[in-house]
Amino acid sequence: MASTTTGLGRVLAFVYGIFAISATGRSSVQLLTKFDEAPIPYLLSGLAALIYIVATWALLTDRAGIALVAVAVELVGVLAIGADSVWRPERYDDATVWSGFGDGYGYVPLVLPIVGLIWLLRRQFGSAAPAAADR
Amino acid sequence: MGLTWLMGLLLIATVAASAWLLWLILRDVSPGPGTEKALLWIEVGLVVNLVAGVIRPFVQDAEGVSMPTWIGYLVTTAVLIPLGYIWSVKERNRGGTGVLLVAVVTIPVLLVRLGQIWTLRG
Repeated sequence: MASTTTGLGRVLAFVYGIFAISATGRSSVQLLTKFDEAPIPYLLSGLAALIYIVATWALLTDRAGIALVAVAVELVGVLAIGADSVWRPERYDDATVWSGFGDGYGYVPLVLPIVGLIWLLRRQFGSAAPAAADR
Repeated sequence: MGLTWLMGLLLIATVAASAWLLWLILRDVSPGPGTEKALLWIEVGLVVNLVAGVIRPFVQDAEGVSMPTWIGYLVTTAVLIPLGYIWSVKERNRGGTGVLLVAVVTIPVLLVRLGQIWTLRG
């Protein structure tokens, strides 16, 4: 099976890498300077950053199983936090990467795990020519 | 106005470059020396923009602008293309061009945000 570091996998790893860096930076600043203001959303930001780091690492080291888990957890996260932030916006005065289903980031946090899951699952359980699909 | 003329120019250039890279991907053609030169010039512009952006709070009123955010976004615009290059150098196919596209297409978004950060002071 083609490595996760080629084709679309490489693009995904790049996007996840950017999000990992940006989410880590943002949540570090939040946790270090404003922890008392809104601890739960900032911890969620930190969790999101961690998941992005794991996803990036897994895609770069061809660990499709771990990548699949990370991306699935991420999707659950963005859907759950997105829904909660719409239902109870007062809990999220300062946006986290997953609030509003990632609307602060052009909904990329929502689309990214969906694309990732589809790609990883097709790769895993693909048809007769799975590798040809991403060349 | 939040956007300087240089930022406006870079916005147009990066949107055009994104459209071009998308076209290359659809045609399954690798970026040639002309494309690479264009990206290099865009990168030069972004570095100049970064320096100008660092100087800006000293020559214009920047009250209420979050400096870490302002500088953070500026630095990001200037490192995306080099990072994209490093990531794509081993992948002389659509995947590699895709990485460059992601890097380049993110830049206009960041430039617009920079303009907003400056004007809205938020």
